[in-house]
Amino acid sequence: MGPYRLLRLERGPVEPGIPGQFFMLRAPGRLLPRPMSLCLAPKGELWFLLDVIGAGTRALADAQPREKVGVLGPLGTGFRLDVPRPLLVGGGIGIAPFPYLSERLGRPPALLGFRSLLHAEAAALVPDAEVVVEPALVTEALPSGRDVLACGPEPMLAAVRALAPDAQLAWEAPMACGYGACYGCAVEIEGRLRRLCVDGPVLGGRVRGLAPAVAGRDLAA
Amino acid sequence: MILNASGCLDALAAPDVARELDAFVTKTVTPLPREGNAPVRIAETEAGMLNSIGLANPGIDRFLADVLPRLEALAVPIWVSVGGFSADDYALCCSLLDGRDEVAAVEVNVSCPNVAAADEAAHEIVRAARAATGKPLYAKLSPSLADIAAVALAAAEAGADGLSLVNTLRGLALDGRTLRPALATATGGLSGPALRSVALAAVYTCYAATALPVVGMGGVESGRHALELVAAGASGVALGTILFADPAAPGRIRAELSAEAARHGFASPLAARGCAHDPVVKVENARPEARRLSTLKV
Repeated sequence: MGPYRLLRLERGPVEPGIPGQFFMLRAPGRLLPRPMSLCLAPKGELWFLLDVIGAGTRALADAQPREKVGVLGPLGTGFRLDVPRPLLVGGGIGIAPFPYLSERLGRPPALLGFRSLLHAEAAALVPDAEVVVEPALVTEALPSGRDVLACGPEPMLAAVRALAPDAQLAWEAPMACGYGACYGCAVEIEGRLRRLCVDGPVLGGRVRGLAPAVAGRDLAA
Repeated sequence: MILNASGCLDALAAPDVARELDAFVTKTVTPLPREGNAPVRIAETEAGMLNSIGLANPGIDRFLADVLPRLEALAVPIWVSVGGFSADDYALCCSLLDGRDEVAAVEVNVSCPNVAAADEAAHEIVRAARAATGKPLYAKLSPSLADIAAVALAAAEAGADGLSLVNTLRGLALDGRTLRPALATATGGLSGPALRSVALAAVYTCYAATALPVVGMGGVESGRHALELVAAGASGVALGTILFADPAAPGRIRAELSAEAARHGFASPLAARGCAHDPVVKVENARPEARRLSTLKV
């Protein structure tokens, strides 16, 4: 997957939830779990796409076969799926929830942006994807008249929102807990600081996701 | 008695977790609403985590009107943590809580490292709070005090019924790439394993100095850690950072604590309270024949 890594866990009894919802994964040897959106849920498995950028993602990427990884979820608000003309717009590791989202929406078109050709190899995970590589940007290729569901870096989401005000946007923030306990993931939403884990991570959708389940599980890698 | 550390659990967002506690301690409430500090608010460190939430809360009026009734529905005893920027702030919150039957106890947070401290000393704030409420009053102290036992004694003389030990330590983390502070406020409160031995020392010292009940907290991740705080003098143990990684920690640690206490020969965890202060008891040799052998002259 280019520079990204795919972590595959045995699903056990854990529900995959709605695309755009996330799981807290306990990185072996680290104090705090890491929030990851679900990439795909093939039969009996949960897949997570990782960008190895720090100690936590490194520890998760290095999980050995059969090693147990603690998971909590699905958490937060997912994408609203009742959209007539969906278009997935993603940037970099922000494409992580799109394979599952694409499957649930019946393989709609996708527009994906990456910083290099190597990173763009991950586009193979998303069906029917048009790919742009920097310096080209997804916003330059964004068609009008579509229901945009987007995930990516903050500047990309802000630019998408400027062009498509009704877009559903999946945001990101550092999180210690993922279930409303730590207040660490506060972001400004409609002028107020709110917890992204309970009010998001998908904002702009009108319908809330599943209520957070707060019973963790150990799943095998 | 297992509680949560203030600010480490939202009982309304996770009621099943709160119901596993012997009492739920609220996030600190101040007279006026506070949005809290700007993000980034948290960072993982080598042996702990930093937070700089900045006492985000709805303010005492909305807390009493909207939050407290919903907390009461959980049927878990409620301790309300109060904060402020002057002794009057604390007194105001305490007087408003005094008439509320839902409130089992008040914790006076005189030790948040992420907001400006009140001008008054801890014992002056406790005295003002004491005058405003007849509820059981716990003073939550900072581990950064030069002489925590002296502050604990002063709090006791000012009318505190108990101590919550300890709040976080001020710490700093730098971003690995930019070498700039990871948190928007630069420094934050350090919690987790790094705080464990600091908390243990504070509980040990304050138990020896005062006769007050103590809720010990700081880096507890297991029943063994909880038992150590009890042995140092705690009559209750609060869970903080571990709740972020493991929402099932209250039930797990409760079971581990009972097993660990039994393993040490205590009838209950509380029977171990303060044993760290007792002289070491010489262990009787359980095998008389071995004793005889050891006295043989060769």
